[in-house]
Amino acid sequence: MKNPLIYLDYQATTPCDSRVVDAMLPYFTQSFGNPHSRNHAYGWEAEKAVDTARAQVAAIIGADPREIVFTSGATESNNLALKGVARFNKGQKNHIITCMTEHKCVLDTCRHLQEEGFQITYLPVQTNGLIRLEDLENAITDQTVLVSIMAVNNEVGVIQPLKEIGALCRQRGVLFHTDAAQAVGKIPLNVEEMNIDLLSISGHKLYGPKGIGALYVRRKPRVRLQALIHGGDQERGMRSGTLPTPLCVGLGKACEIAQVEMETEAKRLKNLQTIFYTHVMKELPEVFLNGDLDQRIPGNLNLSFAYVEGEGLMMGIKELCVSSGSACTSASLEPSYVLKALGVGEELAHTSLRLGFGRFTTEKEVIFAAEKIVSAVRKLRDMSPLWELAQAGVDIKSIQWAGH
Amino acid sequence: MSYSKKVIDHYENPRNVGSFDASEKNVGTGLVGAPACGDVMKLQIKVNEAGIIEDVRFKTFGCGSAIASSSFATEMLKGKTLEQAHQIKNMEIVEALDLPPVKIHCSILAEDAIKAAIADWEKKKD
Repeated sequence: MKNPLIYLDYQATTPCDSRVVDAMLPYFTQSFGNPHSRNHAYGWEAEKAVDTARAQVAAIIGADPREIVFTSGATESNNLALKGVARFNKGQKNHIITCMTEHKCVLDTCRHLQEEGFQITYLPVQTNGLIRLEDLENAITDQTVLVSIMAVNNEVGVIQPLKEIGALCRQRGVLFHTDAAQAVGKIPLNVEEMNIDLLSISGHKLYGPKGIGALYVRRKPRVRLQALIHGGDQERGMRSGTLPTPLCVGLGKACEIAQVEMETEAKRLKNLQTIFYTHVMKELPEVFLNGDLDQRIPGNLNLSFAYVEGEGLMMGIKELCVSSGSACTSASLEPSYVLKALGVGEELAHTSLRLGFGRFTTEKEVIFAAEKIVSAVRKLRDMSPLWELAQAGVDIKSIQWAGH
Repeated sequence: MSYSKKVIDHYENPRNVGSFDASEKNVGTGLVGAPACGDVMKLQIKVNEAGIIEDVRFKTFGCGSAIASSSFATEMLKGKTLEQAHQIKNMEIVEALDLPPVKIHCSILAEDAIKAAIADWEKKKD
């Protein structure tokens, strides 16, 4: 897979920053010690590296290093937060509130907890992708133990009102967990200001390595949870297993870089987003943005190109690595449940593309991508029977379509 | 998922794209699929007095395999009698384009479009 491919799928994953790789390398070879070995210098050296990394991770969310639990990634962090809190409190409280646009690893974990007897409320979202605080307030009962609302959505990039959610949860005595896999390093986060009790982090979404993540677990007031993985009681008993020193170092370095560069990088990405969005909207009619434009990370756009099927469109823009809400490639043939939750009709959901801009995206690439997409959409609309009908003034919805 | 060379060829150089005037007596139009399912095909046949399909046009909303299936179907149809056209089975399209199992529905839709176009032509004749 050599270039000339243009990678515009930064919400799927990001390349490891070379500064991150450089920081990691010594811990594979000469500094290979087990960070839990207390009786020799190899162990101490690795332990010191892990401590530094833990402090770097804590710093980017305004936490204390002792509140960071290393995991294998955000999926494990979300599992640990949800199952850990639910099971620890089983018998006292049995209700969890989450939302319909969460990542599969939160939704699927909640389904699993339902089988264990927990009650789950799935909050709807507005057409802009954000939850309504009144809905959350009304959903909280005296049985509610945890609210889990993602910080930034992986498909539409919208930022939930974390501070308001945190304040509400604190006031009602409910724990607040947020899946911040798409948010860390992209937007400012502070667990104190936002009253966050648990926060999931992913390494590979912020230019760190794959296979590492973290869960922030508040110490004051202390959040208690039941471990999922048992063994040598590492990570204060919350997650056993020898820590992968190079990966921890990588995550730490990635957080450090992201924290330093966040402000300037956000401005640069906002500019790229604006260039792309204005070009496409100027050149093409009937393009719809999914999710709020302002309450959104600058590195994301999710657009529906009406009358052009997403997968068919991707085939016409082979040089661009993007993803589609159409899911026509998946066995289910169901379009994105996130877009559905936003009230995007199935016929429009099938026409959507997610574009992710990131640290290594250039202005030249963004302009090329916008031009490429515009010409592919024009070509495909010329051969779309739906476009033809719409141009003739026929309302597509008035036709009796036979489902298949 | 990667596409076969034949699918890519039909996607990049689609044959017989366009529309006939659907109100013309010798034109049969089939419009099948549904926007909510992500596939819609419009296939039109122009039938001469001898009952032979003289010309074909298509427009498709769908993935690359759906576009290729309909493009390939138009090539198959040209010069065939209605009887022969009616015999076309979706598996011929699957084999010709090397469609993977998840894309077989595209070929079924193309077969449906052919049958719908013939039925429309026959209805007009009556």
